[in-house]
Amino acid sequence: MTASARPRRRRASPLPYLLILPTFIFVALFTIWPMLLAGYQSLFLQRLNMARYRTPTFTGFQNYVELFNDDRFHQVMLNTLIFVAGTVPVSIVLAFLFAMLVNQTLRGIGVARLFFFYPTILPLVSAATIWMFFFTPDYGIFNTTLRALGYTGPQNWTSNPSLALLSVMIVAVWKNAGYYMIFYLAGLQGLPQDVYEAAALDGASGWQMLWRITFPLLRRTTLFITTIAFISAFQTVDHIFVLTQGGPAGASTVLLYFLWEQRFEFLNVGIASALTVVLIAVLLVFTLTNFMLSERKEDAHAG
Amino acid sequence: MPGNVMGGGWRARLGRSALYIFTFALAIVWAVPMAWAVVASLRPPTDPLGRGDVWFALPLTLENYARALALAPFGQYYVNTIVVILMILAVQMVTITLAAFAFAHYNFPGKRVIFYLVLLQLMIPTTALLAPNFATIRALGLFDTRLAIAIPYFGSAFGAFLLRQVFLDIPRDLVDAGVMDGCRWWQLLRHIYLPPAVPTLIAFGLSSTAWHWNEFLWPLVITNSDKARPLTAGLVRFTQLGEIGAQWALLSAATLIVILPLFVVFLFFQKRFIQSFVYSGIK
Repeated sequence: MTASARPRRRRASPLPYLLILPTFIFVALFTIWPMLLAGYQSLFLQRLNMARYRTPTFTGFQNYVELFNDDRFHQVMLNTLIFVAGTVPVSIVLAFLFAMLVNQTLRGIGVARLFFFYPTILPLVSAATIWMFFFTPDYGIFNTTLRALGYTGPQNWTSNPSLALLSVMIVAVWKNAGYYMIFYLAGLQGLPQDVYEAAALDGASGWQMLWRITFPLLRRTTLFITTIAFISAFQTVDHIFVLTQGGPAGASTVLLYFLWEQRFEFLNVGIASALTVVLIAVLLVFTLTNFMLSERKEDAHAG
Repeated sequence: MPGNVMGGGWRARLGRSALYIFTFALAIVWAVPMAWAVVASLRPPTDPLGRGDVWFALPLTLENYARALALAPFGQYYVNTIVVILMILAVQMVTITLAAFAFAHYNFPGKRVIFYLVLLQLMIPTTALLAPNFATIRALGLFDTRLAIAIPYFGSAFGAFLLRQVFLDIPRDLVDAGVMDGCRWWQLLRHIYLPPAVPTLIAFGLSSTAWHWNEFLWPLVITNSDKARPLTAGLVRFTQLGEIGAQWALLSAATLIVILPLFVVFLFFQKRFIQSFVYSGIK
């Protein structure tokens, strides 16, 4: 017998299937089925707020054609790209910085860790109601602080076309950096100390250790954080409902918010389904690419 | 500090002081929103928060909390949020334990396929599927119920895989001994697999609680009345009430009403919470 993993024994018993069944039923009903349903419904014209389009009519890929020719959709995709490409790296860099700082043995460092982490357990909508005041023109803390630093630009961030998206990005970064910090912190605490001692004996500087030892050893942690940060960035829309409602003129509308708007404000089932398919495709492409990249790198390391 | 192994001259000490100041300055910046919300919620409603006296002026009052509670049924929202979380936890604990046990203990045809199908839930978060899931909930006749908020989360790929990993780490000899002794599957699960997995279950439960306490978008679309609406959706509704306007003291009070219970629990069990987040993320 080979020393294979635990799984073994008992052919043709229905028991394992029955044990998985409860999980599988819910996954099938609320993950697999909706993916298929969205794909199917995206091929139909159906608008619940117009009597003549209430019953679905098959239109092939018309919804997709319409979307891809729609300037609003282009803007939404651009906004989403900016939101993801902006918040993910910034949150991760801050998370790493926080983790390095909090990993020092300093008096009261637990308080700093708490301050960095607590936004994680606040509902995003509550965070948004607080930040709404911060962004208030004239007397909001955000603006008074900026003014003290010499800023003279526009004040009404959440309703300024070129700043609305940035303001929802700031809140997202504030909310998430501390969450990603704890993974780096766990990673840092698991690093082998003797490597650093050896490097110090060899006369390596702090920066060299950071670049040559810490970063490479935390590669897996970074990959993991990138994956969850990316998936969560596409869902981070709650605060938009409070801060900007996607405006002004769609300036802060990202994919999931647009989807919600199409389905529940404009009652456009067909377009909302096509948008769901787009969202699924983006998520799948990213996670699968990420997965394959990490597998390949593991192989390279093993070999 | 006596016996400071870091040692070093004045430059090192200066560097450490600078680092210390930098760390705490940054931490305080991060804490300002919460601190501000607490202070603002305690200011008299008549106080225009615009002047420079926001932070330390007296008097303080609980009046805003009373008014917020009178303006919206936050008590009902609490009940709804808690009921939803309890439903989710109760069902998840059972489903993930059984699934993890099956994946860890048995070999069976189709295992890989089933594994990857369940894995899909990790890649495509339920939130992204709100439009088609809305149709499903309608078809099931569950619209505007607490069950509708909870039911998509009854199966958790995340929890199942997390637990499976713990189960796989259990020494094989132990399992074999159990099998030799003629344990039935539920005895194996109860006496050999589950005991070392309890910390993982707690960790998963804590992070699941925090996650569902904070969830907003799905409850927003799937509820339509206060009998099912949870705290987050209730808060957003509250902010949109006509008479609220820019009454920051009142808004802050409402915000804190939503945040406070989870936040207090978090402060008490901080270490455990943070560990649970790491633990449930990293494995």
